[in-house]
Amino acid sequence: MNEAEPQIVVKDLDMGYGSFILIRNLNFIVNKGDIFIIMGGSGCGKSTLLKLLVGLKEPLSGQVFYDGTSFWEAGPEEQKRIMRRFGILYQSGALWSSMTLAENVAIPLEQYTSMTRAEIQDLVSLKLALVGLAGFEDFYPSEISGGMRKRAGLARAMALDPDILFFDEPSAGLDPVSARLLDDLILELRDSLGTTFVVVTHELGSIFAIGNNSVYLDVQTRTMTASGDPNRLLAESKDPTVRAFLTRGAEGK
Amino acid sequence: MAIESIDQTSSHLKLSNPDSTTLVIHLTDDWRTTSHLAAFENVCQGLETMPSLNKVLFDASGLTGWDSKLLTFVLKVRGWCDDRKVDLALEGLPGGVQRLLHLALAVPERQGARKDAERQPFFPRVGEKALQVYASAGEMLAFLGSACVAFGQLLKGKASFRRSDLMLFVQESGVQAFGIVSLVSILVGLIFAFIGAIQLKTFGAQIYVADLVGIAMVRVMGAVMAGIIMAGRTGANYAAQLGTMQVNEEIDALQTLGISPMEFLVLPRMMALILMMPLLCVYADIMGILGGLIVGVTMLDLNPVVYLNETKASFNMTNLWIGLIYSAMFGVIIALSGCLRGIQCGRSASAVGDATTSAVVTGIVSIIIATAILTVIFSILNV
Ligand SMILES: Nc1ncnc2c1ncn2[C@@H]1O[C@H](COP(=O)(O)OP(=O)(O)O)[C@@H](O)[C@H]1O
Ligand SMILES: [Mg+2]
Repeated sequence: MNEAEPQIVVKDLDMGYGSFILIRNLNFIVNKGDIFIIMGGSGCGKSTLLKLLVGLKEPLSGQVFYDGTSFWEAGPEEQKRIMRRFGILYQSGALWSSMTLAENVAIPLEQYTSMTRAEIQDLVSLKLALVGLAGFEDFYPSEISGGMRKRAGLARAMALDPDILFFDEPSAGLDPVSARLLDDLILELRDSLGTTFVVVTHELGSIFAIGNNSVYLDVQTRTMTASGDPNRLLAESKDPTVRAFLTRGAEGK
Repeated sequence: MAIESIDQTSSHLKLSNPDSTTLVIHLTDDWRTTSHLAAFENVCQGLETMPSLNKVLFDASGLTGWDSKLLTFVLKVRGWCDDRKVDLALEGLPGGVQRLLHLALAVPERQGARKDAERQPFFPRVGEKALQVYASAGEMLAFLGSACVAFGQLLKGKASFRRSDLMLFVQESGVQAFGIVSLVSILVGLIFAFIGAIQLKTFGAQIYVADLVGIAMVRVMGAVMAGIIMAGRTGANYAAQLGTMQVNEEIDALQTLGISPMEFLVLPRMMALILMMPLLCVYADIMGILGGLIVGVTMLDLNPVVYLNETKASFNMTNLWIGLIYSAMFGVIIALSGCLRGIQCGRSASAVGDATTSAVVTGIVSIIIATAILTVIFSILNV
């Protein structure tokens, strides 16, 4: 990347449920083409932050800008237009259980493109093959394993070649080889299509392999305690909890 | 050193104080979950009797076995000591206990995460319930509003849903409901005829059983019976389907794709019911008349042709239209209450159960209320 171009800007964000404030005072920038990692202990609010970034949950206060547009101040049409550029992989896959994998991947294409049925079918097969599910077109989500569901969810998230892909723990439940293939796929999509990624993950291997920017959410202080390139954080961060996280508890604390 | 034993001791526990500021807790015998032990409160009383206490020690030399029971006891003592700024030395405890305690205390409790079960006095609770009712009425109206918007989109031909879904729902709420609708309607027709026959026979007017059953079924009972059956059958089905989709984040996945769950999920279900309910109603009417016929022929010795002619003579189009209006109305009510409760569903298995129950209750109550309102309106209009 030659020039950093901000795609998502988060400003003074507080989030929580009802009156319970989970994380306060978040400030960070995700640039175009970044692979941005959201990390932190379980239960610190990573999934909640992701829900907020994709527009499913309103912040308690603060703003989120996409290409300069403040999402929560925009009208519903504008919000819809912004959200259409997202692809999202949910923690549980969230495939539509009454449809086959092929239909799941085809829905976004049927909604937003004018492709013919045959073209859609070809594209669906390609996306499923990219995530290692070639030949599973006619399976229902209940007929495949958890890891496979996750990969099918990824295929659906990629269907429209979105500008920003959000992943919630993509490699949880994947075997090491599939997890590695997923990392390669993320890097390849970034390099070839310029996609921006926002990834929630605990997988230290992939954090260091793919991440070039990150934010660390701390349970205790309930705010972000570190941000930046994870490799640089590992080398330079002085914060004991961040160090403990990045070294699997070998250092820090 | 004057060792003075304090009264509150038990078979597993002895307290002693070597001097006036130190307390030693002697643990003896078997400290396991299965054994019956002295309550912590006993120890507490012992502790309270020493105002100048500033150090608590453990002595586990007599301990023969332990498990989590001992850990919880030590944690309680620790809590007590923390509250009163008393030093607690864990060194006297077995090594395993010390290490497990260390792990249990490694992650400090999250402030504000513990839910305090505060019991509200009566009036605030009533007030809160009233506010909840108000909020849920608002939600219902909002849902109704967006259903209307979705319907508008449909009329403009811009609604996005799958035609194959619609066909599936039509099948589920139409043909597949015939069995139960037949059974219930025939029985209702039978019961009507039976009760009518008892009265009318005394006047020798049994032939009017045909009028009674025919008018009642066509005008209102066919529609109401079909509505109640469908509320229990299809309304519950819709609530459970949408509720499970909510649990699996499937509805989130639709929303983030910019697909309106209202158009994609609710609209086809509603259309299927609006289309099928009037047909089911006509079907229920016919089955009810059939039930009446059975009673007329077998019990009252009426000729079937005579019975049917009498039914035909009593039939008028207005009654049929009224029945159809009722049933279309019920279709909307059942679909909306099922879908509303499904979409509002929380994210757990029990929430899906609650949504289903609530859908059926909402559906049936609304059907009865709507019937009452429509009946009054029709009688004012004199039809
Ligand atoms: N629907 C909810 N209502 C109230 N609190 C919630 C809800 N969902 C999550 N939380 C709280 O938010 C915290 C963070 O949840 P989450 O974002 O899922 O964590 P994670 O970082 O593991 O993905 C949890 O510890 C929980 O206490
Ligand atoms: Mg999570």
